[in-house]
Amino acid sequence: MANEHPRQPGALVIGIGNAYRSDDAAGLIAARRIKERVSEHCSVMENAGEGTSLMELWKNADRVVVIDAVRSGAAPGTVRRFDAALHPLPASVFRGATHAFSLPEAIELSRALQQLPRQLIVYGVEAHNFEAGNNLSPAIESAMQQLVGCVLQELLDTNASRGQEVPVVRS
Amino acid sequence: MSKQPARTIKVDILARVEGEGALYVKLKGDQVQDVKLKIYEPPRFFEALLRGRNFAEAPDITARICGICPVAYQMSAVHAMEDACGVKVEGQLRALRRLLYCGEWIESHTLHVYLLHAPDFLGYQDAIQMAKDHPGVVQRGLQLKKTGNEIVTLLGGREIHPINVRVGGFYKLPLRSEFAALAERLKWARDAALETVRFVAKLPFPDFERDYIFVALRHPNEYPFNDGRLVSNRGLDIPIGDYDANFSEEHVQHSNALHSVLKQQGAYFVGPLARYGLNFDRLSPLAQEAAREAGLAPVCRNPFQSIIVRSVEIVYACDEALRIIEQYERPEKPAINIHPRAATGYGCTEAPRGILYHRYRVDEEGTILEAKIVPPTSQNQKTIEQDLGQFVPKFLSLPEEELRWQCEQAVRNYDPCISCATHFLRLEIDRV
Repeated sequence: MANEHPRQPGALVIGIGNAYRSDDAAGLIAARRIKERVSEHCSVMENAGEGTSLMELWKNADRVVVIDAVRSGAAPGTVRRFDAALHPLPASVFRGATHAFSLPEAIELSRALQQLPRQLIVYGVEAHNFEAGNNLSPAIESAMQQLVGCVLQELLDTNASRGQEVPVVRS
Repeated sequence: MSKQPARTIKVDILARVEGEGALYVKLKGDQVQDVKLKIYEPPRFFEALLRGRNFAEAPDITARICGICPVAYQMSAVHAMEDACGVKVEGQLRALRRLLYCGEWIESHTLHVYLLHAPDFLGYQDAIQMAKDHPGVVQRGLQLKKTGNEIVTLLGGREIHPINVRVGGFYKLPLRSEFAALAERLKWARDAALETVRFVAKLPFPDFERDYIFVALRHPNEYPFNDGRLVSNRGLDIPIGDYDANFSEEHVQHSNALHSVLKQQGAYFVGPLARYGLNFDRLSPLAQEAAREAGLAPVCRNPFQSIIVRSVEIVYACDEALRIIEQYERPEKPAINIHPRAATGYGCTEAPRGILYHRYRVDEEGTILEAKIVPPTSQNQKTIEQDLGQFVPKFLSLPEEELRWQCEQAVRNYDPCISCATHFLRLEIDRV
């Protein structure tokens, strides 16, 4: 069943996380910092990671960037980029999600229902610690600037390549 | 006399269960030697976090314990605080709380029925595979869940967690006119819920029943959400303030969650089957009719058929939501006045998965001195393990892969929210 809604111009950034699970807040914090740097043509949202709510958020979007903390054994603070429109998210990186129906499942169900946005890029930042707590580990705090920079560059690059009129990043 | 071979079935990660869990079943011949449902518990972060905070912060803090049922945590919290303050929220504010709970039940039950449970019965690996063959069915589920979300958003606000709930009522009240569009959506949802009952009624169910001790709230007139006495099908009938005198928590070595037991009786069962079995006469006529047409008796003891009972509860929640919207008259004030006092307050409300108990001790300024939270899934832990102990021998003739699949499914019958049972969401799992 193809999506019949017209897609919104501009971009959508979704930060996924849980503020009470230490490094699991990374996606939320990245989203907040990105929000300070983008124009009104870019929506920035925070999400707890429940899959059906993600599907609702990106259903009418054309270009989406999702940011989430991951735990895959890489060095804490490692930032990786995945093109979810092309491939499912690798289970080795996005395994063990806290919700039964979360980001990887939401992407695949959207794909099966032909509701994926034209562009869906996922940035995963390697976490150190998901224990209960309110703070980011130092390695993840250090990675924030790089992460935010990558996403902003992503938004600029796709803007330029599409010859978009709407500026998504504030100069 | 031959030596029976020992067989171990291990499922390291239970797919399609909220949070994480691991299942371990040890067999010797046709005897179940051991069943362990593994749950990991970090320190009791939220109970500790609440200590020293103001009583008014309890709904906001506890809403973060569970991403799937924040309303349930808020409701148990506000009721407990109002109990401590010696006040009761009545009238339209009470009705709006029921409406909010309807929204969460619709959301939570629909997610489970369509995306977590139905694939099992139809032989699909997951909902994604099911969607390839049955896109219309899955779309119906997504739209039905979305209607539940819309109730919660309208009443609870647009953030990750509902922000409009407070001790004494709400911060902002909707106008009657704001409900008009939602009411039209709910009429569609009610029909979709009836379709859901018909759909699940046809699924193939294993022949499995146990004589459970059901525990739920019971109210003189209503199918229970926020109010009632705690009852069982074995004669329990107590005010919720007597919870601690009748239930206890045992720390179990292999599982870091605590196992709840009814004193002198043992394992008990909370959630849809318990509510339904103890409150069938309180369902709306439409929901009762849907249950009957699906072939259910007023009491259901087959945990696999919980998918039908959840679907009946979705019908009820749509019905009840429409009834509340129909009679709604916006009150003058969004909340009643609250004055803290030194006291202990008790709250026990029916989360989608069963009774959720909160107890708080506060001082004369309303500072929380102590908090105790008992989620429904941790109350079902022992029963789930016992079910597996009973279930596995009956199906030993199945090939191993199928037997393992049935074990996983048996756990999914309970729609366990392991993140709630351990009070916190956790990502790391030990692969043994």
